[in-house]
Amino acid sequence: MSGLHADSTRFVRDTMLAEQEPPLTERGAVKWARENLFSGPLNTFLTVVGVFALYLILKGLGPWLLHSVWFANSAAECRETVAADFGPGATGACWGVVRERWAQYFYGFYPSEAYWRVNLAFVLLFVALAPILFAGVPRKVLWFTAFYPVTALFLLWGGSIWVPVVIMAGIAFGWVAFRLLGPFAGALIAAIAAGLVPVLWWLILAAPVAHLIEGWIPLGIEAIPSAKFGGFLLSFTIGVTGIAFSLPLGIVLALGRQSDMPLVKMLSVGFIEFIRGVPLITLLFTASLLLNYFLPPGTNFDIILRVIIMVTLFSAAYIAEVIRGGLAALPRGQYEAADALGLDYWKAQQLIIMPQALKISIPGIVSSFIGLFKDTTLVIFVGLLDPLKGITDAIRGSFEWKGVYWEPFIFPGLIFFLICFGMSRYSMYLENKLKRGQR
Amino acid sequence: MNKQLFFGALAAAGMLAGFASAGTLDDVKARGELNCGVTTGLVGFAAPDANGQWTGFDVSFCRAVAAAVLGDPTKVKFVPTTGQTRFTALASGEVDLLARNTTWTFSRDVDLKFTFLGVNYYDGQGFLVHKDLGVTSAKELDGATICIQTGTTTELNLAEYFKVNNMSYKPVAIETNAEGEQQYSAGACDAYTTDASGLAATRAAFADPENHIILPEIISKEPLAPLVRHGDDQWADIGRWTLNALIAAEEFGITSANADELAKGTENPEINRILGTEGDLGAMFGLDPQWALRAIKAGGNYGEIFAANIGESTPIGLARGLNAQWTQGGLLYSPPFR
Repeated sequence: MSGLHADSTRFVRDTMLAEQEPPLTERGAVKWARENLFSGPLNTFLTVVGVFALYLILKGLGPWLLHSVWFANSAAECRETVAADFGPGATGACWGVVRERWAQYFYGFYPSEAYWRVNLAFVLLFVALAPILFAGVPRKVLWFTAFYPVTALFLLWGGSIWVPVVIMAGIAFGWVAFRLLGPFAGALIAAIAAGLVPVLWWLILAAPVAHLIEGWIPLGIEAIPSAKFGGFLLSFTIGVTGIAFSLPLGIVLALGRQSDMPLVKMLSVGFIEFIRGVPLITLLFTASLLLNYFLPPGTNFDIILRVIIMVTLFSAAYIAEVIRGGLAALPRGQYEAADALGLDYWKAQQLIIMPQALKISIPGIVSSFIGLFKDTTLVIFVGLLDPLKGITDAIRGSFEWKGVYWEPFIFPGLIFFLICFGMSRYSMYLENKLKRGQR
Repeated sequence: MNKQLFFGALAAAGMLAGFASAGTLDDVKARGELNCGVTTGLVGFAAPDANGQWTGFDVSFCRAVAAAVLGDPTKVKFVPTTGQTRFTALASGEVDLLARNTTWTFSRDVDLKFTFLGVNYYDGQGFLVHKDLGVTSAKELDGATICIQTGTTTELNLAEYFKVNNMSYKPVAIETNAEGEQQYSAGACDAYTTDASGLAATRAAFADPENHIILPEIISKEPLAPLVRHGDDQWADIGRWTLNALIAAEEFGITSANADELAKGTENPEINRILGTEGDLGAMFGLDPQWALRAIKAGGNYGEIFAANIGESTPIGLARGLNAQWTQGGLLYSPPFR
């Protein structure tokens, strides 16, 4: 055996060592904790403080949530149930108020036999939104989207079916005017006519015509006045309408602010700065109280409509500024490229400027929308019953639920969170989608 | 040109029509509905139930007026108003009548140009304290922390009371009644002060009402009264005498149950005049003779309304106190129906 290689060296490994587990401190939860929670004295300190705060919150909130009572018809009954189940002195959340009054949170004082109309309008809202939000939906659904506003108006407020028909007729007349005048009078006059004809129609002829047709062919569903609206029905009505109308208005204002025409520019700047300089509550008070002094007595100008107009104007001013930021972020070369291609102003905006500016502005626009939706709770100050405080005050006004404090805040708060979180997620999805294949 | 003329004429006609129908009574009759301003929710006084039906002490007055004017106590549109919007809503004509536990004061009557119809509830500001605080009189509250709603007359009353009695206090500012209850029961303040009727309801809603007492001192006068706009005396008279009819009905023993019976005629000429079987008082302000009969049948006389909404048989359990008839040692005193 001597002379063999094996004799001259004491050991030769001829197989690979099996992989070993990393040391305990360098793997799994321990490693994660060392790196993320205890990586230095300051972080260790913050972690300890954070854990302690979490413990305090859970200690306070945990039993209260665990002792939740669902089946109770009054605050006193809730307390009795908690005391019976968990011993005297125990506290528990009283969700009985939500169980008994959930309908008021969602529908306000809308007649219960007509809830289906609200539900239908709500479902159709998503059908109408689908082609706008997602590219995969057939484009033909856009026709339904165009008719959705009047459909919802008819479903929610009811009354004669001829009112929405006549409103739609106004738009049709505008289109006809545009088509008829276009070849003779030029694009500008045709556009002005297309705007003016529907407005004149709605202001002067629409009501009598609707009344007349109603006289011949009475057709409609039970009319439900605005006073019956409340809760999330009210928030959605104001929020969705405000969002839908403030975006186009905001784009027009942003373009107006950048315009070379002094009058247009002055009006846009004046409007934006005025609205942004005034709190929303002031505008709501103006809508609900001051307008009553200005309008001739006996004029019945619907309070929800007034609030929607104010909220839309308010939001449009902010959106205009957000979009102006997007426009400012576009390199000068994009404008010049559009000019070099020989595109006119509207074509350049439509094909080159706006798609890019809007893409940049998406996070800001969605932030404005989320803000607008949450601001709908401010309508309590003009006596409309919003879901957060209006309905809650009304419910606490009955003796059974007096003294229930946190639950009526948590329940609408959760729903608001879900909606706003959904909007924010959609905006992130849209950003990611539009980022693809660009730069 | 013709069109402009047409629009001008239209606008002018609208304005004229507006001015011509200045009478609130005519407006209400034409509308077929009484617009009544109430709170957004106050236990016992006005609140919608699970079905959206408004009930309460103030609500009953609205219903009585609607019954008197329109013949139907359900023909009322309740307009919830906040502390900020109530007076503008009335002044601008959005509501015809405000029954929103509003304190009758000089400046509201004179400066804000309203007409108060008469007191429907005599309230006053009181204190709610924990029993184990060992305090039995408001005079012993020197140095206490007190929960107080900001921007209300109660805040001013409190400051004045402590100043007059040479005492000091630490205010804990709160926004709403619900918040006040929460702060008080969480121990953020020793005492909670607001109108005594509100304190009674608050105490009754606590898990342990026996551990809280309402101090005997009432430190302010809060005569709560329904009100209408200045300048329409006919409408104000209708409101005022509807309230008087409810009060007088209790005095003369007319109830919602026996009103129809008594309306066939009684020995007492005053009852006959109230119920319209003798004379025609209603015609003097443009109503039919049975206006008061309908108002009483809507929710009962004053005593019945009180008992049903805030009285001792309800959880709120308010005693009549100052709100008893003058014959029972209270302040309710209706002028004669003559």
